[in-house]
Amino acid sequence: MTDLLNAIVAIANYVLIPGLAYGSQLSLGALGVTLIYGILRFSNFAHGDTMAFGTMVTILFTWWFQSIGISIAPLPTALLALPFGIVLTALLVLGTDRVVYRFYRARRAAPVILVIVSMGVMFMMNGLVRFIIGPDDQRFADGARFLIKAREFKQWTGLSEGLAIRTSQAITVVTAVVVVALLFWFLMKTRTGKSMRAYSDNEDLALLSGISPERVVMITWLIVAALATVAGVLYGLDKSFKPFTYFQLLLPIFASAVVGGLGNPIGAIAGGFVVAFSEVTITYAWKKVLVYLLPEDLEPAGLAQLLSTDYKFAVSFALLIMVLLFRPTGLFRGKTA
Amino acid sequence: MKKLLMATATTALMAAGAAQGEEIKIGIILGFTGPIESLTPQMADGAELAIREVSDSGKLLGGATVTPVRADSTCIDAAAATAAAERLITSDGVKGIMGADCSGVTGAILSNVAVPNGIVMISPSATSPGLSTAEDNGLFFRTAPSDARQGEVMTQVILDRGLKSVAVTYTNNDYGKGLADSFKSAFEAAGGTVTISAAHEDGKADYAAEVGALASAGGEALVVAGYVDQGGSGIVRAALDAGAFDTFVFPDGMISDKLTENFGTEIDGSFGQHPGTDSPGVARFGEMVAGKFDATSPFAPESYDAAALILLAMQAAGSSDPAAYKDKVMEVANAPGEKIYPGELAKALEILANGGDVDYVGASAVELIGPGESAGNYREIEIRDGKITTARYR
Repeated sequence: MTDLLNAIVAIANYVLIPGLAYGSQLSLGALGVTLIYGILRFSNFAHGDTMAFGTMVTILFTWWFQSIGISIAPLPTALLALPFGIVLTALLVLGTDRVVYRFYRARRAAPVILVIVSMGVMFMMNGLVRFIIGPDDQRFADGARFLIKAREFKQWTGLSEGLAIRTSQAITVVTAVVVVALLFWFLMKTRTGKSMRAYSDNEDLALLSGISPERVVMITWLIVAALATVAGVLYGLDKSFKPFTYFQLLLPIFASAVVGGLGNPIGAIAGGFVVAFSEVTITYAWKKVLVYLLPEDLEPAGLAQLLSTDYKFAVSFALLIMVLLFRPTGLFRGKTA
Repeated sequence: MKKLLMATATTALMAAGAAQGEEIKIGIILGFTGPIESLTPQMADGAELAIREVSDSGKLLGGATVTPVRADSTCIDAAAATAAAERLITSDGVKGIMGADCSGVTGAILSNVAVPNGIVMISPSATSPGLSTAEDNGLFFRTAPSDARQGEVMTQVILDRGLKSVAVTYTNNDYGKGLADSFKSAFEAAGGTVTISAAHEDGKADYAAEVGALASAGGEALVVAGYVDQGGSGIVRAALDAGAFDTFVFPDGMISDKLTENFGTEIDGSFGQHPGTDSPGVARFGEMVAGKFDATSPFAPESYDAAALILLAMQAAGSSDPAAYKDKVMEVANAPGEKIYPGELAKALEILANGGDVDYVGASAVELIGPGESAGNYREIEIRDGKITTARYR
């Protein structure tokens, strides 16, 4: 019985909780990508760096708050700085839309041209972030670090496996749930949300029924800026902030959006968790869990690890390719890419 | 005026007459250009300091003078280094080589020039384990420890604390891999178990997955052969967060104030080792240099010792012929005998001339082991109350 409990705790500690937090971060990122794809009709490669920009602004405000002694302990100060990050990121993406994307939209440029344009924007933002905050690691998490500490958990329960829940992981999951609920309420219930969905379904019909396209585009960018900043800040709080890792996040985020079905918000969320849990379960060494569960003579000699952790990104790649080969519209029937 | 000239000439003649011993040349071949060009001037200064000390004493082989000849090893270009060493031997006629510096060119000079010409070579800084087994006809020594040595020392440190099984993670480069491999073979040879030896990439945001694999393999402690400014700290952070390991073993790349700054009392009870010595030799070397160059520059003390060892071995053999004095290098470097510190080379020459025995300690606490390489000196540390404390020296 204790063996079973130990196995469950080990799985929760190394697979369930990290996967849940990572999946929430990916889902929020993928929602942004999928909204742009659904409404503006291109794959926004600058999304990772938009996240980096939003996080950077939030970090700068966090540092400022810390220096003048404002805090909301035990919660991290970054949550207080988050709205400022969102506002500045919104200004940035509206600015790029105004000077870059609008030009191509007016000419009804092919999506592939917009993809290339978004790569240009990506490099610009990439440079901007590095120019302002530098390419190094930045830590900005403060407040209580743990909800449950591994060592204390062992003492309470008497189990040999510890369970740790970091504050940042809990905040990530709670924030993700709140943000997703708000987004769906907005898309399903409000007039503006409905007009966005109409525009996404059929641009010409939406125009005929009097929906202003520029207004829809602006609101989309505002939502995307908020989603990107929240996703970026949560990832940075949970792990650490480094411009390059945000650039690398683009791959799992796109994998999530495509797996779930590009342009489909529910798909983006499901895709985020599918990718996160695939990465974690495939690279986890199951030896410990198996040793608890199996009778002694069946215990594995090796680590029972399918792929070395170095190949984490390969998992997203493989998923992306499999979905594109066998079900190009994704699990939840998005638009065909 | 005439008188003065006469006097000068006479003095010069007398001086020449006094130094009737032979004139010995010692080659100093270091990478004066290339990747470590900022270190080599101090290394050469260190070696020349020892050469001048011996030459000025007038006690070597009944009053021989010693002059250094510098040559450029480039650190990376084996062909250029070989040509430079060839020139030192054939055209300058050096009787021994202090160098080379980087492991690659050192191996090239050893096999292409030193062995065919039968010249003794003492490197102050080549640390590659491969040189321990290189074919050298007893001509090659080094005052720097092989990288493999830290693996053996770490094995001893861990076993002495009663730990029998450990997990290892290393930064994915030559340093990390070399250290992890040498540790693994040493630890297993000593009866310990390495449950897993897994690489980690530097510069990632999150090491939870790596720690998951390490934790699954288990072990009483986690050896982190990484960098404190890089993934090494990330691994420790993730391991502490997940409660995977409580005790860590830190090799040299991890030991700095940054470590205790990052983790404080969370890593109390963890331990490790890094090169270091409490020998008074370093301080004496610093006093001798007296600010003429940076005495704390890496490998400057080892360079002084390398040059001193060549000359002391000559004295012990009573000859500057490499074939004769190569067998004396280990003798003068190790016990028994009177301990010799920097600045005491004249005393050592005198003892040797009288048939006595010396144990050269020098600036870097030289102790040559195995195939003629420094045993290296390591400081064993322990984290107590969030501070790095010295446990002992090995």
